[in-house]
Amino acid sequence: MRFVLTEDQRDFGGSLDALLSGADTVGAARAWAEGDTAPGLELWRRLAEQGVNALVVPEEHGGMGATAVELVVAFEALGRHGVPGPWVESAAYLPLALADADLLAALAEGAVGTVAEAAHAPYALDAEVADHVFSCTGTTLRTATRGERLRSVDRTRHLTTLVAGDPVPGADLGAALESAVLATSAQLLGCGERLLDDAVAYVKQRRQFGREIGSYQAIKHALADVRIALDFARPLVLGAALGEVPAAAAKVACADAAYLASRTALQVHGAVGYTQELDLSIWITKVRALVTAWGTPAQHRAALLETLVAAAGTPVEA
Amino acid sequence: MDLSLSESELAFQAEARAWLAANVPAEPLPSMDTEAGWKAHQEWEARLAEARWAVVSWPREYHGREASLVEWVVFEEEYYRAGAPGRVSQNGIFLLAPIIFDHGTREQQDRFLPSMATGEQVWAQCWSEPEAGSDLASLRSTARRDEARGGWVLNGQKTWSSRASFAHWGFGLFRSDPEAQRHAGLTYFLFPLDADGITVRPIAQLDGEAGFAEVFFEDVFVPDSDVLGAPGDGWRVAMSTAGNERGLSLRSPGRFCAAADRLVDLYRSTVADGATPAATETAPAHVVDAWLRAQSYRLYTWGTVTRLAAGGDMGTAGSVNKVFWSELDIALHETALDLLGADAEVESRWLDGYTFSLSGPIYAGTNEIQRNIVAERILGLPREPKGAGR
Repeated sequence: MRFVLTEDQRDFGGSLDALLSGADTVGAARAWAEGDTAPGLELWRRLAEQGVNALVVPEEHGGMGATAVELVVAFEALGRHGVPGPWVESAAYLPLALADADLLAALAEGAVGTVAEAAHAPYALDAEVADHVFSCTGTTLRTATRGERLRSVDRTRHLTTLVAGDPVPGADLGAALESAVLATSAQLLGCGERLLDDAVAYVKQRRQFGREIGSYQAIKHALADVRIALDFARPLVLGAALGEVPAAAAKVACADAAYLASRTALQVHGAVGYTQELDLSIWITKVRALVTAWGTPAQHRAALLETLVAAAGTPVEA
Repeated sequence: MDLSLSESELAFQAEARAWLAANVPAEPLPSMDTEAGWKAHQEWEARLAEARWAVVSWPREYHGREASLVEWVVFEEEYYRAGAPGRVSQNGIFLLAPIIFDHGTREQQDRFLPSMATGEQVWAQCWSEPEAGSDLASLRSTARRDEARGGWVLNGQKTWSSRASFAHWGFGLFRSDPEAQRHAGLTYFLFPLDADGITVRPIAQLDGEAGFAEVFFEDVFVPDSDVLGAPGDGWRVAMSTAGNERGLSLRSPGRFCAAADRLVDLYRSTVADGATPAATETAPAHVVDAWLRAQSYRLYTWGTVTRLAAGGDMGTAGSVNKVFWSELDIALHETALDLLGADAEVESRWLDGYTFSLSGPIYAGTNEIQRNIVAERILGLPREPKGAGR
C-alpha cells in the first residue's frame, strides 16, 4: 500500500512542469485563440518528444505503455499551464479507441487527432489542425469530415460538428471514454491549482482599506475552501487512475473544485479578473468548457448512481 | 503507486472481519449518553479488549496488537462496515493515549493505559472553558503550586466536556503561571472526576441526552504524578493532541464509507424501488456526492497514511481534513433525511447521526479556525492584524 506518486512519476511531472514553465504557454494559447496555431503546434511537438502523446499507446505500436497514473500527471501539467490543443482526444481517447497499428504509431509520434463522441463530447475539438478525425456513435467508430464551426466559451477551443464517414475497426471504446474522462479531470485539477496559485499571489499584494486583502478572513475562508476542494478532488483522480473508483467520480469532483477555484479567483481579483487582458481569463474560460466536456456533471452523477444502486445490497469485497 | 494490501495485512483484515461478524451486536446499543447505554458500551469495550481489538495499534502489554498504521485503518474500515457501535472510550484512546505514550512517564503508562483499553476507566476531555472555545490560549482556569503536598491546586471551570457526565477521569489544561503570556504557562493535568472539589453538571444536548457536561474545580489537589509532560509545557503537549483529534484518529474513513454505503441502500429502498415519493429532486445528486466524497476521504487518508509511514507528520493536513469530514458527515445525514421525507423527524439511527454530525464543525477547533489555519499556514496568506474585528 503506497498511495503517493513514485519518484519516477514525480520526476516526470516535474520535467513537464519545467518544460512548460520555460515555454510561453500563455502566448501559445492567445495565438491559438486568434487562429495562429503555429506556436501551439510547436509546443505540441516538444511535448510529443517528452512522450506525452505516446503514454497510453500500447508498446507494440510504438507507445510507452505507461499507466493511467502517468497520464493524469501529464494532464494536470497541461491544465496548470493552459496548453491549447486536442490533447484529451489525441493522447487519452484515440490511443485506446483505435485498433489500426499505423494510426497508433502515428499518434505516438505526435500526429494530431481529434474525435467527437456523440454522448459525451459531441463537437470535435480543434479539427482544423487534426491529421486524423473520427466520430463515435454508440459502439461504432468512424472516420469523419469537418462540418460547421462553433464558438466555445474558451476561445482556445475550436469546435466543429462532424459528418460521419465509414466505420473503422475500433479497440476498447469504453476504456477510451474512461481514459478521456480521467484526463479531462486531471486537466481540470491542474487548471484549479493554477487559479488558486494566481488568486493567492494576487491577494497577498493587492491592498485595500490599508492592508493586503489576503489578511481579511472572508478572503481567507474562500481560498481555504478552494484548497480543501482541490485536495479532496486529487485522491479521486489518482484513485480512478488505479481503477479504485470510476473516472466519473473524479470528473464530478474536479469539475466542482475547479469551478469553485475559477469563481473564487475571479471574485478576489475583482473587475480586473473580468478582463481578457489578464491571463486569468485563460483558465476561467477553460474550466467552464471542461466542466461539460467529456460528460456533464449531471451525466456522470447519473451514471455513478446507476452503478451504485446496482451494486447496493450485494456485499462489497475490499 | 498502489493500494494493494500485503499478505499479512490481508490476513489481519480477514481476522478482524471474521471476529466482527461473529461479535458485533445485532441490535444497535442504546445511546452512550444514557446510563443504560453507557453500561452497554463499556461492556462492548471490554469485549473488544479481551479479543485485542480495542486498541490494535498499542503494544501487546497494554492489550494491543502492535498493528501498523495501515492495519489500523484497515481495522477501522472493517469495524464500521460491520456496523459496530461508536466507541465510548474514544476520547481517551484517540486523544489522550497518544500523549501518554509520547509525554507520559512509564509509571503513568502502566497506571492508565490498561484500564483505558478495557473501558474500565473512561476519560473525558476537559479543555473548553466558558470564555475560551477554539481559542485555547485564553484559558483562565488556574493551577496553583502546593510545594508542601507535592502537587497543584486546580480552580476554575471547564465546559462542553464530552462524556464527562459518566466518565471516570478527565484531562485538561490549566494556567499554572499567571505571569506568562497566552500559550506559555499552561500545564496538562489528569484528574479523577470524583476527586474532592470537582462538581460535574451534565448539560443536555440538542437531542436531550447529557452528552456533555460542565466541570467545576474548587481547590482540587492533583499530585505531581498526575501532571502530563513538564509543568508549563501544556500547550505544546496539547497541540499534539489537537493534531490527533482533527486528523486521522477520531474520524477514520471507515465511518463515512459505511454511512455512504447505507445511504445508497436507503436510496435504493426508498426512491429507486419506488417505495416512497418523498425524496427531493436533488437527493439523487446528493447521494452520489456523499458517496464520492466518502471515497475521496478514504483515498486521501491512504495518502496521509503513506506519508506518515514514511516518517512524515500530519502537519496542517489535519485542518484540511477536519473541515472536509465534518461537512461530509452533515451532508451524508441531511441527504438521508431528505430521502426519508416526512419520516425524517421520527427517531431513527439517521436522525441520531444527523444530530451528532451537527457538532462536527463546532468542536475540535471550529471550522472557521481550521480555515484560517489552511489559509495562513498552507496558502501563506497574511495574518489578520491584531485588533481587527474587535
